[in-house]
Amino acid sequence: MDSPLRLIAPNPVDRLARTIEALLVVASAPLSAAELAEAADDDVERVETALGLLAERYVDHRSGIVLERVAGGYAFRASREAAEACARLFERPVERGLSQAALETLAIVAYLGPCSRPEVARIRGVAADSAVASLVERGLITESGRENAPGGAVRYRTTPLFERVFGLDSLAALPRLDDLGEDEGMIRERLLEVASARAS
Amino acid sequence: MRELELALDAFEGPFDLLLTLLLNEELEPREVDVAAIVLSFVEHAAERGELDLEACGEFLVLVSALLELKARGLFPGEAAELGELEPEEAAEELARRLAEYRRMKEAAAWLLERLAGEQDRWFRLGPAPLAPRGERRLAPQDPAALASAIRLLAVPPPTVSLGHMALRFPPVSQFLERFRALLHRRRRFDFDSEVGGLSRVEQAVALLALLELRKAGEIELSQAAPFAPIRISKAESPRSAATSVEEGMTPLDSERMDTWTARSA
Repeated sequence: MDSPLRLIAPNPVDRLARTIEALLVVASAPLSAAELAEAADDDVERVETALGLLAERYVDHRSGIVLERVAGGYAFRASREAAEACARLFERPVERGLSQAALETLAIVAYLGPCSRPEVARIRGVAADSAVASLVERGLITESGRENAPGGAVRYRTTPLFERVFGLDSLAALPRLDDLGEDEGMIRERLLEVASARAS
Repeated sequence: MRELELALDAFEGPFDLLLTLLLNEELEPREVDVAAIVLSFVEHAAERGELDLEACGEFLVLVSALLELKARGLFPGEAAELGELEPEEAAEELARRLAEYRRMKEAAAWLLERLAGEQDRWFRLGPAPLAPRGERRLAPQDPAALASAIRLLAVPPPTVSLGHMALRFPPVSQFLERFRALLHRRRRFDFDSEVGGLSRVEQAVALLALLELRKAGEIELSQAAPFAPIRISKAESPRSAATSVEEGMTPLDSERMDTWTARSA
């Protein structure tokens, strides 16, 4: 029997795209192009082409699943349309109830990490023990060696889960520290104003 | 006290080293969690099961000193540090610290805002699946080399000789003839020089042959002292042996000699 007439030529990376789709469904953390290439036993360039194909297919509003680039890799997530339904069914244990102290500690670790609890305490002016413990428990930060001095303190850094929860491709996506907060000169001027007001 | 190992955030190691580091000002007292040290000590004491009052007393003194050091270090140290600075420098330092904290506070606010914006992003969470075990691939092999290796294994091993386990006794008669022939040529000889090159078994059989000859009265045996060479001489006649007993020895001496020579043989 003759083969049926094909009007549209199949994309050469179609098969690879299906394999990558399957790998991303199985994975519970973002996978980099290199990891996908190794698992699919193919080269990175073709994998990236296949990922482009998948991204078109899984763009928001076209499917309940969205392919996103996050935490240095690729992962599937639910479409934003389905967020309410998801919220009715599931809890968000990682970010639920993050205190101001925990957020400040998280910011310090994200910008200055790996850094130790004493360093966090020096910047914040108060002990950071419980905030650090809470962030470790949530999986947003993790231990990353010790300071070099004898009996050095434990250092912490953020995890890929942190990037995923905050929707960051990498830590480089954080705003520049210089763009945040008040200018040092302005603070100095205000301090001097307060000091002179008291003296008079 | 010396064996108390600590695992604190700011320090990991023995308590002694912690104190040394604190005294040398290599570690900030305010970074040391005193409550955790006390807890470690109590656990340590509970593990030992016995209350060492001396160690407890020493610990109390050291920990209270540490607590005082920490308390002093927490506030006045900071003030002194800034106090040593000129007002301008102090303001500069304070402004620098405040600005650093302010930036982090702003970063925290940015994170909070970002989190709020990401509330409708839902994704799968869970532990990463286990990676499969690596497959062990064998190097390619030449079938002929494999066959020859198997063939070597199939060759039956050589039979182990058990010859050394069975004692072979030469006949006594062999030595009887040999000694008789020797005494025919010479009047006397030493046992050791005659059997020196023989095996232990052959030497034992040679000795039995000597005893046989002595029993038959064909030879006389003498030995100057225990372990001295045994001297064998041709017996003159049974009669002459009896004469020699009568001439020089008491019957007891004779008996002793007989017993001696027989036993030493």
